[in-house]
This record gives sequence, C-alpha cells and structure tokens, in this order.
Amino acid sequence: MMQFSRKLDIARGKIELSHGSGGRASAQLVNEIFYPAFANNLLSAGNDQAIFPSPAGRLAMSTDSFVVSPLFFPGGDIGALAVNGVINDLAMGGAQPLYLSASFIIEEGFSFAELRQIAENMGATARSAGVMIVTGDTKVVERGKADGVFITTAGVGVIQDGVNLSGDRARPGDSVILSGSLGDHGVAVMMARQNLGFDTHVESDCAALHELVAAMLATAGPSIRLMRDPTRGGLAATLNEIAQQSQVGFRLREADIPIKPDVTAVCELLGLDPLNVANEGKLIAIVDADVAPALLAQMRAHPLGRDAALIGTVVDDAHRFVEMETKFGGRRVVDWLSGEQLPRIC
Amino acid sequence: MKHIDDYRDGALARTLAERIAITIQPDRSYAFMEFCGGHTHAISRYGLEDLLPPAIRLIHGPGCPVCVLPVGRLAAAIDLAKTQSVTLCVYGDLMRVPTTRGYSLLSAKADGADIRMIYSPLDAVRMAEQNPTREVVFFAIGFETTAPATAQAILLAERKKLSNFSIICNHVLTPPAMDAIMASPGATPTTMLDGFIGPAHVATVTGLEPFEKITRRYAKPVVIAGFEPLDVLQAILMLIRQIHEGRAEIENQYLRAVSSSGNRLAQAAVAQVFNLRDSFEWRGLGVVADSALRLNERYAHFDAEQRYPIPIPHIKDHPACACSEILRGVKKPTDCRLFGTACTPETPVGSCMVSSEGACAAHWAYGRFRDKNYRPCAE
Ligand code: SF4
Repeated sequence: MMQFSRKLDIARGKIELSHGSGGRASAQLVNEIFYPAFANNLLSAGNDQAIFPSPAGRLAMSTDSFVVSPLFFPGGDIGALAVNGVINDLAMGGAQPLYLSASFIIEEGFSFAELRQIAENMGATARSAGVMIVTGDTKVVERGKADGVFITTAGVGVIQDGVNLSGDRARPGDSVILSGSLGDHGVAVMMARQNLGFDTHVESDCAALHELVAAMLATAGPSIRLMRDPTRGGLAATLNEIAQQSQVGFRLREADIPIKPDVTAVCELLGLDPLNVANEGKLIAIVDADVAPALLAQMRAHPLGRDAALIGTVVDDAHRFVEMETKFGGRRVVDWLSGEQLPRIC
Repeated sequence: MKHIDDYRDGALARTLAERIAITIQPDRSYAFMEFCGGHTHAISRYGLEDLLPPAIRLIHGPGCPVCVLPVGRLAAAIDLAKTQSVTLCVYGDLMRVPTTRGYSLLSAKADGADIRMIYSPLDAVRMAEQNPTREVVFFAIGFETTAPATAQAILLAERKKLSNFSIICNHVLTPPAMDAIMASPGATPTTMLDGFIGPAHVATVTGLEPFEKITRRYAKPVVIAGFEPLDVLQAILMLIRQIHEGRAEIENQYLRAVSSSGNRLAQAAVAQVFNLRDSFEWRGLGVVADSALRLNERYAHFDAEQRYPIPIPHIKDHPACACSEILRGVKKPTDCRLFGTACTPETPVGSCMVSSEGACAAHWAYGRFRDKNYRPCAE
C-alpha cells in the first residue's frame, strides 16, 4: 500500500476537486478509504482491472446506479443499497453473485467521514453476502453538481446448469409468491426526508436475496418460472412488466398481500399506494402451482422469507390486466404508477 | 395508526352491502354523487361498485382540486417561475399537470425554473425566511380543507414581516360548486340526482351549515361521510333511508370529527385573511359565482397576482373532452371517445384524467377491466 506523508483527516476533512484529479490526492483517497473498507487482494493489487478465474457455467452481468436522498435512512444507506441492489439483480436470474465493481461520483465538499461510513457499509454488506468489490473508480464534481455521492455498481455472477428464469415464462395457472411485506423501503426513505414528522418507525428492507433464491432453486428449481425484485414502481410495475413479457394477466387477492400497518398508514397520509412503492429486499416468484405450497413453507423457514405469501395466480387475459380482488370483495386494476412520484428512492 | 385497517374490514363491508341490497326498493334506481375526489378514489380503489346492487349509480363529482384548476392559472405560475425567476412552491400532485402543448411544472423544472415540491405551506414560508434574497411564491390550491393551512402561512409570514413571500390563491369552495351542478342548464341533474355524499374533511372545517342550504334549496339529502370504504357504504345506506322516509336532510355519518359548527379556529384564520371572489373559473364547470377565495385588502401585499404582472391566459379544453358532463353526472368516462386512446394518465387531455382522484383517471387506473370493448394494450 502507498504511504502518504500525512494521513487523511477523516473526522474533519472534505472532498476537494483534487481528489478526483487522478493524482496523488486521488490515490490517497482510494488507499485510505476504499482499500481498507473493501479489503480484498484483487482490489488492492491496484491494477486498472481485476483479474479472476472464470467459473464453470453461464455468467450473468448487471449494473445499477444509486442516487437516493437522503444517503442514510433507517435500515440502510446508499452503500448497502448499491451492493444489495446489484446482487439482487443477479440473483433474480438465478445467479450466484461473485464480483462487483463500484464507481463513485462525489460532490466537492462531501465529508470524508460520511464517505468512509458508506464505503465501510458497502464492504461489510459485500462480505456478509460472500461477494468481493474488485474494481472501482472515483470522480469528483463541483459543489452543486451532485448531491453528496452517486454510486454505480455492476456485478458478475454464475448460473448453474438447468436454472432458467425469464420474464416470458409465466403461464396461466401459475402461482404468484411474494417473499414479504411491501413498501418498507420507499416509506423508510420518504420518512427520512425532512418535514415529514410522523410518529412511526419503518425500516428499509434493504437485503441481499441470493441465499433465499439459492434455497428456493434447490427445492423447486425447474418449477420456478421467473423471479423479480419489485424495486422502483413496486409490485404493480413488476407484475405489469411480466404481464406484457409473458402475454398473460394476473389475479391478486389484496387480503393476502402482506403490508405493515405503519406502511399502510404512511401511504394513506401521503396518498400513495403501497403496491407502487419501492422494495429493496423482496422478491416475487412465479411458480408452477403444484410446488407453491412446499416452496412457500420453505421460504418461510428463511429469515428473508418469513412473511412470504401466495398472493395470486397467473391467468389468460388478452388485455394483460393485473386485477385484484380488494379486501371488500370488489375488484380493481393494479396499474403502473402514473400519478404520484417518489423521486430519488434508490 | 392501527385504526385504518379497522375501518377496512371486508366482512363488515359485505354486511353493509347486503343491508343496502335488502333496503332498496325493487322498482327504482338511485343516483348519488360523491362530490369529493377522495371518495371517488376510495370507491374505485376498493371496487365498491362491485358490492353494490346495479340499481345504485355513483356519480363522480368535481371535488378534486387539481382537476378543477383552470390550466391558465397554472400556465401563469409556470411563466412567473421562468420569467421573474421566483422560487415556486407547489404540492407534488400538480407537477405533471399539462398546460399548453403538454408543458408542465416538471418540464419547467427541467428547463431550469426553480420549482419545489412541498408538503405544507409553512415549508414555503420557511424557505422565504431562509433565502431572503429569493422571491418565494406558493401556489395555493385546495378546498376548505387546505385554505386554513394557507391562512396560517400568511399569518406567519406577516408576523415574520417577510417581504419575499407571496401566494397565487386558487382556493375554491365546495357548496357553491354543488349548487352549480344542481342548477346547471342543459341536462337536468336536479331530477337525475337523488342525493350527495358530502366530504367529511370539508365539513370538519366548515361545519354542516353550508351543506344545509343545498338540502333546503334542492330538496336532496346530503350525508357527510369519511373516506374509508365503510364510511362510503354507510353513507349510501343513510341516503337510501332518507329517500324512503321522504326526508331531505343533512346527516353526519362521520361523527368522529365533524361538529355542526365546524372548526372555529380554522374558520377564523380563513376569515381573517381571505375574501370571497365574485366569480372564479372551474375547469369543467365554467365560471361559478362566489366560489373561490382571494387575499383581502389587509393581506394583499402577499398576493402574487397583485405583486407580479401575470396575465392569466384562458386555455380552452379539448372540444371532444366530456369532463363538464362527467362532472355533472351526465356522462361516464367511457362515453368520451378520447378515453384510453388519446387521453390516459400519462397524456391527460381533460381535467378528469389529471389527478388520480379525477373520475376518468380513477376509472382508468382501477376500473377499466369492466369495459368489455376495451381494446387490448399495445404490446
Ligand atoms: S377521457 Fe379525457 S378527454 Fe375524455 S372526458 Fe375524461 S378527461 Fe376529458
């Protein structure tokens, strides 16, 4: 590791334009904040690329950018979100995530302390998920040209033979399983913003889902048609996407969809529909109805699937409608979000 | 905050629906208008129409502040933000409302105008206080429910002697609009409508008195109802009973918060800063006398319409848009040939499609599976 005459003043120091210049200051930032936080030899070798052996099987690759405001919120922060987000995108294809990259666009004046906090959360999140952040980049933009820090992660994972999950595989008669309660992440971030002094406590569900996915594939592999994590746009957007891809419709039962009372209450006050609100640690699985009960039982045995529920079925529908029987026995369409927007939620 | 689910109990709803079904007379139909967009939204979102016997028809009234706002007033505000470089504070549900050629607050924000979404008018006052060199303009909108909050903001700005804060006042009043619907020429809603479901949050502020006038003048019952699905069902049952008993009274389903005199503090704040406008244009209803508020003489220095030279253009609605008939209960969204083709929530043509509380938007978002001839989505 490079040595610098004076260590970064993490407690009081701030990002300056020189930290993105590619010179000594950039090198020191990487050496003293990112290397220790991500702690792996592939990264700290200090090359422009990480070199690793390729595993057997098909590879999956995905990328995602994160601009959430505020950067820290109950249940997570932008760093944990960036790592788990890309892990989940890989996991939804049935992949075991292996290696990640992370790029940072940092605003001039951003504090070292917060940057280190974010980097450490990323490192810890990656380690507990069994993945490595093996390459990265930092750029600094002038004050006012970004909001603290923006992060882009990309990831590579490997898919075992025989696993074949894809958005066009839903068939009429299939069951729809949701791994837990809806809306926690979006509501937690909204609540963390200023001026929303409600007296409730909702935490983001931010979590890496690949282990739950691996357990599900081990039980019901070939009978699982597809998985998705309902992030931006929530369950409603995800099911409408699948309806188009697979050319089917959905019939849901509102009474079976788990939503925490506090989430319902906040959504009520803000005029939001929990079905449109973002999640960061939930998945939906479309599965052959025959395996649904066993799979559900197994998901419930996993900490991230404790509240898993069978929420509806896939139907034949020329209109591709996602329809829901309400708690009152009425029916309604569950549409894409088009009214209210929740910007900068992830 | 657990109470929400208590009011949404499906079994109770079905019991109420059954009671409605056995109460109605077999040889007649019932047309009720829910005035408020909050009710429209609850009815559509919970599919309440599926629970009710077909003899009961619910007509979605004009009670959605975003829907009835004349586009010209919004266009003027956008213009103000762009040309006078003021900071314009708005409620979030206005951001996507299209003005001429689809230009919205979102478009203006993307073009560099300083437009901020806020949750309370007090946020706008705070912003003015913290940025003394910026002119901060709050686009005040809403019925009797939000007018008190705007009044509070004005009073706070006065106490703090802020000279860089002003509002564009678009506050409108519920009873004059109900009046306008009942008295409207052309169709004969007076004979068509059998009663009103009145908005509880408005009555919480105003009390019951303003609604009593409607019941007296048109001999139609009004039941003030809360916004939970069960509230709406119960109000329908109460309306049916009134009709059968030959009564046309104001009743209060929402005993939880409405007192007959209303919230006197809120009324006092409103009376202190606002005057009645002689007339005001409602999108879909046209010009309605004595139906809106403006700042009075004493607080006129906070009136952006006086502070800035902002001509308010008159922007006509699309000629094929049936909103004015829909708002009066004469037509249904599906009677409009633009519904779901040219006009969708992403590309609203008329006012009823603008906010999720509008009749067309609610039917599109929640109820369109009921329309058998609806064409399949574009793949
Ligand atoms: S569908 Fe659109 S154009 Fe037609 S009445 Fe409704 S809002 Fe107006």
